[in-house]
Amino acid sequence: MNSNAPTAKARVKEVEKDASMQKQKEMMAGHYERLTSAAETGAKVCSTFVPGNLNELIGCFDLLNNLPEVNAIQNGLRRTSGQFVLEAEKIGHSEDVCTYVKSDIGMMAKGNLAPNGKKFPNPDVLLLSYTGCFTFMKWFELLREQFKCETIMLHTPYLADGKITRNMIEYMVKQLRDEVIPKLERVSGVKFDIDRLRERLGKSAQAEEDLVHVLQSAKHTPSPIDAYFGGIYYIGPIFGAFRGTDQAIDYYRFLRAEIDERLAQGKGPVTPEGELGRERYRLVVEGPPNYTNFRQFWKMFYDEGAVVVASSYTKVGGVYDFGFRHDASRPLESLAEYCLGVYTNRSLPMRIDMLTNYLEEYQADGLLINSIKSCNSFSAGQLLMMREVERRTGKPAAFIESDLVDPRYFSAANIKNRLESYFQMIEQRRASVRPAA
Amino acid sequence: MRTYVGIDLGSTTTKAVVIDQNCQVLGRGITNSRSNYATAARVAGEEARIDGRLTLFRRALEQNGELGSLFIDFLSVLERSFRLEQYLEQLADLEQTCYGQFRGGQFANLEAQVRSALHEVFARVRAEAAAMFAPGAKRKSDFFRDIAGARFYEHAEAVAKEVSFPYEVLLNFYDKSIIEVENRPPSGGLSDKFRRALGRALAADRIIGKEAARLQSIIEDSLNIELEEDYLVGTGYGRVTLPFSKEHIRSEILCHGLGAHMMYPKTRTVLDIGGQDTKGIQIDDHGIVTNFQMNDRCAAGCGRYLGYIADEMSIGLHELGPMAMKSDRPAKINSTCTVFAGAELRDRLSLGEKREDIVAGLHRAIILRAISIISRAGGVTDEFTFTGGVAKNEAAVRELRLLIRENYGDVTININPDSIYTGALGAAEFARRSYEGGARTEAHA
Repeated sequence: MNSNAPTAKARVKEVEKDASMQKQKEMMAGHYERLTSAAETGAKVCSTFVPGNLNELIGCFDLLNNLPEVNAIQNGLRRTSGQFVLEAEKIGHSEDVCTYVKSDIGMMAKGNLAPNGKKFPNPDVLLLSYTGCFTFMKWFELLREQFKCETIMLHTPYLADGKITRNMIEYMVKQLRDEVIPKLERVSGVKFDIDRLRERLGKSAQAEEDLVHVLQSAKHTPSPIDAYFGGIYYIGPIFGAFRGTDQAIDYYRFLRAEIDERLAQGKGPVTPEGELGRERYRLVVEGPPNYTNFRQFWKMFYDEGAVVVASSYTKVGGVYDFGFRHDASRPLESLAEYCLGVYTNRSLPMRIDMLTNYLEEYQADGLLINSIKSCNSFSAGQLLMMREVERRTGKPAAFIESDLVDPRYFSAANIKNRLESYFQMIEQRRASVRPAA
Repeated sequence: MRTYVGIDLGSTTTKAVVIDQNCQVLGRGITNSRSNYATAARVAGEEARIDGRLTLFRRALEQNGELGSLFIDFLSVLERSFRLEQYLEQLADLEQTCYGQFRGGQFANLEAQVRSALHEVFARVRAEAAAMFAPGAKRKSDFFRDIAGARFYEHAEAVAKEVSFPYEVLLNFYDKSIIEVENRPPSGGLSDKFRRALGRALAADRIIGKEAARLQSIIEDSLNIELEEDYLVGTGYGRVTLPFSKEHIRSEILCHGLGAHMMYPKTRTVLDIGGQDTKGIQIDDHGIVTNFQMNDRCAAGCGRYLGYIADEMSIGLHELGPMAMKSDRPAKINSTCTVFAGAELRDRLSLGEKREDIVAGLHRAIILRAISIISRAGGVTDEFTFTGGVAKNEAAVRELRLLIRENYGDVTININPDSIYTGALGAAEFARRSYEGGARTEAHA
């Protein structure tokens, strides 16, 4: 071999990231730093989940928020989730259990280290805002057993009939007032101040406005963003620990300007290998991505010129694109409405309506479902949804299968085969409707 | 003459189909995929071209009125002669390659002995060659490796015994040489081989004088038709390993859909059970795919499963179907996990269940899984076409017919004797359309 030849490592191109991605990365790093130094700073920690999270409320009590499923995602992206899943199975959790749970349990068994290599603090309170995922409840049962800390459950009624009623809101506000707030006061030692909450909700609404603008930029052709793979970066701060903060306002303002710039220049999305060339397929994706092979998975799309213009997954932490914003003038009601409206709390017909709307509004070529092996609450009914969306829109749909953070359920050859077939199927159908030359 | 080639690189076999500009199939070729897709594609393509020549001969003879129809039977004599030519050529190559192994010096002290033993083995293999390609002779396989291997092993054992020489040494020579031979393009043109075969066939059929001259001229005319390979499309699992550019690759789902449409234009649902995947495909009245589903990460219940069961039972894959047909009480088997298949089989045998009942149950289990995949793709719409290697298995077909009737009522079920070529046929048609649509062949290597 020629000794002057670059080594394999050197040949690998640096991953391209736009400025907002860098900024997002720094924010997340800062958050992990705050969490892992809680013992020194004396900050108290509230573990909670992304869907239905009450970040503004938690902030009112000076609590830091720790999101176990975001930690599992980090471990998936860093390729450590596989060993954690195995560890959890060794402890006794079955192969079919949600792999977010197993990654979390395994991580705790193996030192409970955050992405910065420092130990996670034990939670002082577990706040479960129940929005459709039954597993979350069981997960916190396990954590309660382990940490023996205060547990709070806020029950969000399921939107089985597709609408939010007055009763539902009253029921939730009562829980917030009588259960959640008093317990948070007790754990934190901080008195609840509704004006503080109002202020935070106002900040949330500002960031939400910019986020919606960014996500809806994908209505343009070509789309300046990928609303699934790129979208995951965009939702990070607002779905994570930053909703209701000045940092989130800054980030989304910055992101909006960046995307507007791309839009003005007619540019496509930024992929890890640079800017996407020609946009060939516009897709709507339902379901979470696979995190253990995230880059490889994304590459299967951008190599073919496929751009995701809308996705349901980027709505699990809040559905804002149909008008809902946190409202400072109705603080507790607004938190209730937020929880009621998150994607995981929506009935199958509501999800069908949403996906149909996306296919039409974003002028997509079709719907792709990534069905997650270990997530029944997402996967149940997906095939029926697919059929109905196909029927209503007349656009082709396809179905692939993988998992959240268990690398054993990612079969690259199988997924690639299906994706390529799907893209070619779209191409073939386009050609068949095109008038003969 | 313009031709278009489709190659389906499956996990078990590689198939090629050559069509003409009127979408008529000229030839089909098949070979084992080995672990070398490039060779498999080349061999399958060559086989399809050979078959294509035979089609041209048939067409030419048919156009020659009475005289032609008189000689249609002669074509099978010609084909057998050609196969014999081909076999002898590869056998000679194999023998020379075996001798070439001495160059390494490893067996220098034994060279004289080994050489004479090999010489004797090959002489015996060659001596029985004509009989192997005689009318009515049955060959277990059409692949050179299988036929030559079986004959070599048998004679090598006998010769080794006669001259008190270790059998393994002779096998070693064979094993080292066969891969090389298999991967080497055949020497000489097809036309010359056909001419030699023609001479041999005329002699065998005792055709002389004017008739022989007439036949020779008809065959010669068709040999002179140049087959321009205008466009090639590859599909199947091995497609990405070939030096084809993107325009020359199609997904096998689209190819199976289109191929099934070409065989049966009223097809709306296609089931393909291949070596490592099972696909349920819905197509419209133009053969365009509207929906599809396939097995996920696990290849449970695919063709490989049957292959594994056959290995476990030490029988041939083709014997499984007939065995299952003997059952009148199929066992209830739920798992189609290939890994557990052996354990399931032994467990049931130890419980005293009959082999044919277990095998029938296994067939039912894979068809049940296929039905589940079809239903995920939207069920069965009339007409239904079953493709892939498993479509050749009568027991699988019996179960499929039963389950389709139970679940979807009376549906026309199409199973083409050439169903294994469905994907390659679709690929060839994609090649034709690409060419007609303006794409040209420079992109393929």
